[in-house]
Amino acid sequence: MKGLLGIEDLTREEAQAILDRARDFQTPLGERPRRFDLLKGRMVVNLFFEASTRTRTSFELAAKRLSADAVSITAQASSVSKGESLVDTLNTLGAMRPDAIIMRHAASGAPHFLQRHLGIPIINAGDGTHEHPTQALLDARTILDHGKNLGKLRVAIIGDIAHSRVARSNVYLLSKYGANIVLCGPASLLPQELRLLAPGVTLTTDMNEAIRDADVVMMLRVQLERQHEAAFPAGEYFSFYGLRPEHMKLAKPDAIVMHPGPINRGREISSEVADSQRSAILNQVENGISVRMAVLERVLNG
Amino acid sequence: MASLLIKNGRVIDPASRHDGVADVWIEDAVIKGVGAGLTAAGAEVFDATGLVVAPGFIDMHVHLREPGFEHAETIETGARAAAAGGFTSICPMPNTAPVNDSPTVTTYIIEKARRHAIVNVFPIGAITKGSLGEELAAIGSMRKAGAVAISDDGRPVMNARLMRRAMEFARSFGIPVINHCEDLHLSAGGDMHEGAESVRLGLRGIPGCSEDVMVARDILLAEVTGARYHVAHISSKHSVAMVAFAKMKKLAVTAEVTPHHLAIADSDMIPYDSNFKMKPPLRSANDVSAVVEGIVNGAIDAIATDHAPHAGSEKMQEFERCPFGILGFETALGLSLERLVHTRKISVAQLIPLFTTNPARILGINRGTLAQGAPGDVTVFSTDRQWTYDVNKSFSKSRNSPFDGTTFHGGPVATVVNGSIVWRVDE
Repeated sequence: MKGLLGIEDLTREEAQAILDRARDFQTPLGERPRRFDLLKGRMVVNLFFEASTRTRTSFELAAKRLSADAVSITAQASSVSKGESLVDTLNTLGAMRPDAIIMRHAASGAPHFLQRHLGIPIINAGDGTHEHPTQALLDARTILDHGKNLGKLRVAIIGDIAHSRVARSNVYLLSKYGANIVLCGPASLLPQELRLLAPGVTLTTDMNEAIRDADVVMMLRVQLERQHEAAFPAGEYFSFYGLRPEHMKLAKPDAIVMHPGPINRGREISSEVADSQRSAILNQVENGISVRMAVLERVLNG
Repeated sequence: MASLLIKNGRVIDPASRHDGVADVWIEDAVIKGVGAGLTAAGAEVFDATGLVVAPGFIDMHVHLREPGFEHAETIETGARAAAAGGFTSICPMPNTAPVNDSPTVTTYIIEKARRHAIVNVFPIGAITKGSLGEELAAIGSMRKAGAVAISDDGRPVMNARLMRRAMEFARSFGIPVINHCEDLHLSAGGDMHEGAESVRLGLRGIPGCSEDVMVARDILLAEVTGARYHVAHISSKHSVAMVAFAKMKKLAVTAEVTPHHLAIADSDMIPYDSNFKMKPPLRSANDVSAVVEGIVNGAIDAIATDHAPHAGSEKMQEFERCPFGILGFETALGLSLERLVHTRKISVAQLIPLFTTNPARILGINRGTLAQGAPGDVTVFSTDRQWTYDVNKSFSKSRNSPFDGTTFHGGPVATVVNGSIVWRVDE
C-alpha cells in the first residue's frame, strides 16, 4: 500500500483519478453530507505536530464520512512534548496498527524520512516548506468546478513562495496539466531556482504583471512563523503584495481568487476581495473534504 | 630489533621523486632504505606485488569526539577506522568537550593517543577560548604541548579583527591557521546547499557565498599578516578561484578538499537522508567540477576527510534536526581513486602528494616521505581491487556514511605505522 507524500512523484493519471473520484463525494447543493461504508472497520490516525484547524478537521470528517475510525493526536498532547523522538512516536502509533497515518510536521521531509522506516502508509498533510499535496488537489478540484480547463490556465500564485508548501504542490500539479504558472512575491521570498521546479513556471516581483490575464489568482498566507528574519521591510507587504479590488481588474473577467487559509485580512488580501463574488475560498474548504475522502479511499483501498 | 620488508611494490615517494618497483625496509620504526632486492635477516616480509607502496597517509582534518562525545567515537576507535582507510597520521579538530583550547587538553589527547591509538595523532588546538570567538586561546602553550595547527573549526572566528590577531600570533609560533570558512549570518539555519535542490525540497539553504566571503576575508588577512593560512574543506567554485589567486600572489595560502565534495553533488542526495548532511554541504555539480579542477591545477593541496562520526540516534531524526557530518576514513582513498584517477584527471603519482607530502608540509610535521631515516609510516594500496563498503563493518563507533554499499576499484591494503602493520585488508 502506498501513501501520499507529495504531488511531485504522482503521475497526472493518478492525480486525475483522485480529482474524478472526489466529485462522487461532493455534497450536492441543499443536501446533507452523505456517509459511505467504504472504509468501515479501518483506522486512520491524524498526527499533527503543527497547529491546524481546517486541515485536521477536514481529514477527520473525510475519514468519518467513509465510516473509518479516526483518532486525532496533536503534538502538544502527546509524548513528543516529553522529548520522545519522532521515530519512537511513530513506532508506538504503528504498534496500534492503524491503516494509515495522516501527518503534518513543521520539518520538510519528516514524512518522507519516516516512510523509509515505517510500513504503514503516510499521507502528508503538510511538511514544513515542502509539500501539501491534498491542498493542491482540492485547489485543482475547485478550479475544475468553476468550469476551467487546467491545461489552458494562467495561474498567479502570490506571496511568500519560498516558504510555501501550498505553492510547491500547486506548481507540481498544475504543471502536469500544462498550465502557465506565474509565481510572484518580493525577491527575498522568491528564489530564482523556483523556475526550475517544473515546466511552465515564470517569476515576477511585479504583482500587476502576475495578475494580468490570470484565470486564477492564488494568494498565500504570509507565514511569519516560517520566516526566520525580516525578509521585507515591516509594514510594506500589503502595499506591494496585498490583493485589492483594483488588481482584479487586470485579471480575466471570470477569474477566481483562491486562498489556502487561514486568511489575514489586510495583510495579504483585502476584505473586499476575500468576500467578493470572485472568491472561491469557501469552495476550497468544502472540496477539502471530498478530495481527502478520495485520497483516503485510494490509499486504504487502492 | 623489529624489522619489516615490503617487497616488490610500486614505490612512489614524491619527496624523493622515486617511482618504480622496489622494496622498502623499515627497522626500529624508521625507514632504513628503498631499493631493489633488499634483504634483511629475520625481517617480517610483506609481499606488495601489484600494489602501490606510498608514504603513510596524513588526514589533516578529523573528529575523534574524545573527550566529551565518546558515545560517537573515541580516539581508539577513530584511529582504527583511520588505519583501515590507509591513514597513518590524523589531526583531530578541537571541538571536543572540553574544547582543546589549552595545553592540558592537548596533552590529554596526545597521552590518550599514545596509549590507545594505532596511528599517530597530531591535535589541532582552538583559536579562541572555548571556540567562542571572543578571546585568543593559549596558542603558544598548545603549540609547545604538541598542537600542529589552530582552528575553531565549525565555529569560525566571525570577528575579522580577532582573526587578524590570531594569524599574527600563529605566525610568531610558525603554525598554520586553519579556517572552516562559513559566514554564520549568511548560512544561519541552513541545512543543505542553497540552490535548485534546496528550493525543491523546501530546506533552508547554505549559500556558496557564505563560504566565499570568509575565504576572501581570510586571504586578505593572510596577506596583511604573512600568516600561513589553510582553507578547510573547500567546496565552492569561487573559493577555489580565490585560493588560486592567493597562490599566484605567492601568499602562504593552502586548501584541502574532502573526498565527498569531490565525488557527489547536492543532486545526488537521497532526499532528507541525514547521511548526506554535512558542512559545507554537498554543493552544485558546477562546484564539484571546480574542486576537481582545483586538484588538477594545484589550487587545492590536500585531501582531508573531515571524518565526523555521529551516533545513530542523532542521525535518525528530522533532517533539519540532525547534526552535520559523515564518516570519512574508510572510503577516502576509494572515492579519490574513483573520482580523480580512474577518470584520468590525475595519475596515481599525482594523487599521493595530496595525502602525504602536502599535508606534512602544511602542518610542518616530519612525515609523508619514505626517505631514509623518516618515521616508518607506509600506506600500501591497490588501484584496482574491487570491494564494497559495508558501513556496519566499520571500525568507527558510528554508522553515518552515504557510501554504504558503494563498490570501489582500489583502496587501502595495509597500513604501517612506525614500522608495524597495524591494519591489513581481509581477503
